[in-house]
Amino acid sequence: MAEIKTEEMVLNMGPHHPSTHGVLRFILKTDGEIVHECLPDVGYLHRSIEKIGELMTFQGFVPYTDRVDYVASMNSNLAYCTAVEKLAGIEVPRRAEFLRILVCELNRISSHLIAVGALAMDVGAVTPFPYALRERERINDLLEEVCGARLTYNYIWIGGVSFDATPGWLDKILHFVETFENIIPEFNRLISGNKIFVERLRDVAIVPREMAIDYSLSGPNLRASGVDWDLRRDEPYSIYPELEFDVPLGHGECGTVGDSYDRFIVRVREMEQSCRILRQCIAKFPHDQPDFRAKVKTVKPPPGEVFVRTEAPRGEQGYYLISDGTAKASRVRIRTGSFTAMAIIEEIAVGCMIADVIAIIASLDVVAPEIDR
Amino acid sequence: MKPLLDSLIARFGITDPGLTLGVYATGMVVFCAIVLMGFVAPAAGIISFIERRIAARMQSRVGPNRVGPQGVIQWVADGLKCLLKEDLIPTEADHLLFRIAPYLVFIGMFGAFVVIPFGSSLVIADLDVGLFYLLGITSLVSVGLIMAGWASNNKWSLLGGMRAAAQIVSYEIPAGLSLLTVILFAGTMSVQGVIRSQGWAPHTWLMFQNPFLFASYFIFFTAALAEGNRTPFDIPEAESELVAGYNTEYSGMRFALFFLAEWANLYIIGAVSAAVFMGGWQLPPGVPDAVRPVAELLLFLGKSSIGVFLAIWVRWTFPRLRVDQMMEVCWKYLIPISFANVVGTAVWMVFLPKGQLPASAASFVMVALAAFLVVLFVRRVRMNLRESDMPIHLNPFV
Repeated sequence: MAEIKTEEMVLNMGPHHPSTHGVLRFILKTDGEIVHECLPDVGYLHRSIEKIGELMTFQGFVPYTDRVDYVASMNSNLAYCTAVEKLAGIEVPRRAEFLRILVCELNRISSHLIAVGALAMDVGAVTPFPYALRERERINDLLEEVCGARLTYNYIWIGGVSFDATPGWLDKILHFVETFENIIPEFNRLISGNKIFVERLRDVAIVPREMAIDYSLSGPNLRASGVDWDLRRDEPYSIYPELEFDVPLGHGECGTVGDSYDRFIVRVREMEQSCRILRQCIAKFPHDQPDFRAKVKTVKPPPGEVFVRTEAPRGEQGYYLISDGTAKASRVRIRTGSFTAMAIIEEIAVGCMIADVIAIIASLDVVAPEIDR
Repeated sequence: MKPLLDSLIARFGITDPGLTLGVYATGMVVFCAIVLMGFVAPAAGIISFIERRIAARMQSRVGPNRVGPQGVIQWVADGLKCLLKEDLIPTEADHLLFRIAPYLVFIGMFGAFVVIPFGSSLVIADLDVGLFYLLGITSLVSVGLIMAGWASNNKWSLLGGMRAAAQIVSYEIPAGLSLLTVILFAGTMSVQGVIRSQGWAPHTWLMFQNPFLFASYFIFFTAALAEGNRTPFDIPEAESELVAGYNTEYSGMRFALFFLAEWANLYIIGAVSAAVFMGGWQLPPGVPDAVRPVAELLLFLGKSSIGVFLAIWVRWTFPRLRVDQMMEVCWKYLIPISFANVVGTAVWMVFLPKGQLPASAASFVMVALAAFLVVLFVRRVRMNLRESDMPIHLNPFV
């Protein structure tokens, strides 16, 4: 029988593919279902946020940082404001620090809910996603109560936060945490232990420890590969030194360390730890210190430069600022976790199937605005 | 049917034998069309509505509740919307095949309704080879799907079409083998014959006759899910992977035809498993003759809704398998097991002949076992409810 002539098929996935989480584009070269090459093509959501940061005053740029990662904008606010405060030497009141960590951890939970829900949906289970969104709605209600917005908050300002906690807000958070700690086991019973779900994710796109470090992965993606590194603990900022929490790592409980399932389960575990942090914040909340915002006029940091990195839900988010002594930064550079996660897809997707590529994108939890900025 | 046609022939004074035959043939075709269209299309529509509401309840949503009371005519609105949409055919598509494909899918699904018995006399055609016909006519669907995938001239569609073809052809084997055990046991291929070989009580149902038939039921159900492209086997139209698979380029009524066929197929899964494994329309002896046809119809619809609900439940619970895993399930597990079932049933029939004490005792044991499984399941659900500590809303009307 004559050899059947075959050729590679170039498949254009995105930028309007239903499961590329925003406007990502991948150019796949496939042999049937097997992927031979997967080239990420970024830039469809580029909004020149770094350049805008150089044209705005320091305070004026805060709302723009919401848009760096709109699934977790509190954490972007925090990273930028911490950087400016360090550059300008501004003291933040203790009450504001607590409010910041409260909203950031709530935001981390809501961001991880999107991540794990979307991962489940991308491998075909639709029901976990509304479950996750239902809880996210409750977090959005809480954040709306304190800052008036549900997605792009502009809550953390340079020198503090924009509004104080409303009366009874802390009790509402406590109530949320109490019920949410029951929801996590329910979510696990629904999907995490599901045989098909585990089979779809185990041993898919393994990122070994060295490779994760080489590609400078960060956040949950790094910890899933077994690297014990969390900025909240290892390079603490704000009030994190006072708080007790564990750093969940990937153990390869269903397959190999660093596979897609580890990246999923690490996020679920981190939500549990965030609940612990929230409880401690509420217990230690300084009710006797009413000051929630330092008196800050137009910020004019002395000439110099600063790089501050924080632990955002999608990995390290760092702001590099150069000040020339005016009210505007002369250089703003943002480092995000999704961008480095995007780079590794090209290597780990080779030899996978098309369905796996979707699972890889979802398990790395890349979000388009954070990649392009 | 025949008396009506006879009176028509008498009124118009038709005497020519050829013409008489023509009237009969036309009459039957019109009758079939009315029954099929009048039952199948609304059934598919209503099932789509029910599925959306069940899915909504499972996902703590509300679901469609705006069009009509509780949204019950949502499916009419959806159908009308699809009719009014622009009929798009891509320029580079193969126009002829692109148009034929939905009709083939449609014919494959709707043709199956010919042999579905809704009652002892309520069946369009009780074919001698009913089960065989069922397997044959539903194969048309795979032709339609691969045609749709190819003709669209879209790589995602092509992948979807190829996946559909591979999947449906593979899963026809376990489905056919499972029906073969039934044919072996009932001694007939006619669907009505299979139902008549069963009784009204559960221990007389084919499903509970021996362990192999019990296993066959689940294999048939799984394979039928795969043939109907339902989760966890919705690989050909996997919306998160292949955009929409073979129907990516379809819009308007052609798109609606695919979905009509999908929901009609959902009903076929339920109806065939009810007829073949669960005693179909068999009523207890005490029912008066006057209400018998209606009671049979209601019983059959009730039994087939079990399968429909199971399929919906599975769809909104499970993730999707990967292509290689889907093939593995079929060729490594389902096909060997269903071969074993065929052999096992044959051996069982030799050593434990039908109607004798050991066989009847075995069927009672099987029923008890099934009841035990149900009890276990209910306990498990109660435990989950207790642990999650969430308020339960059982009222279906939101």
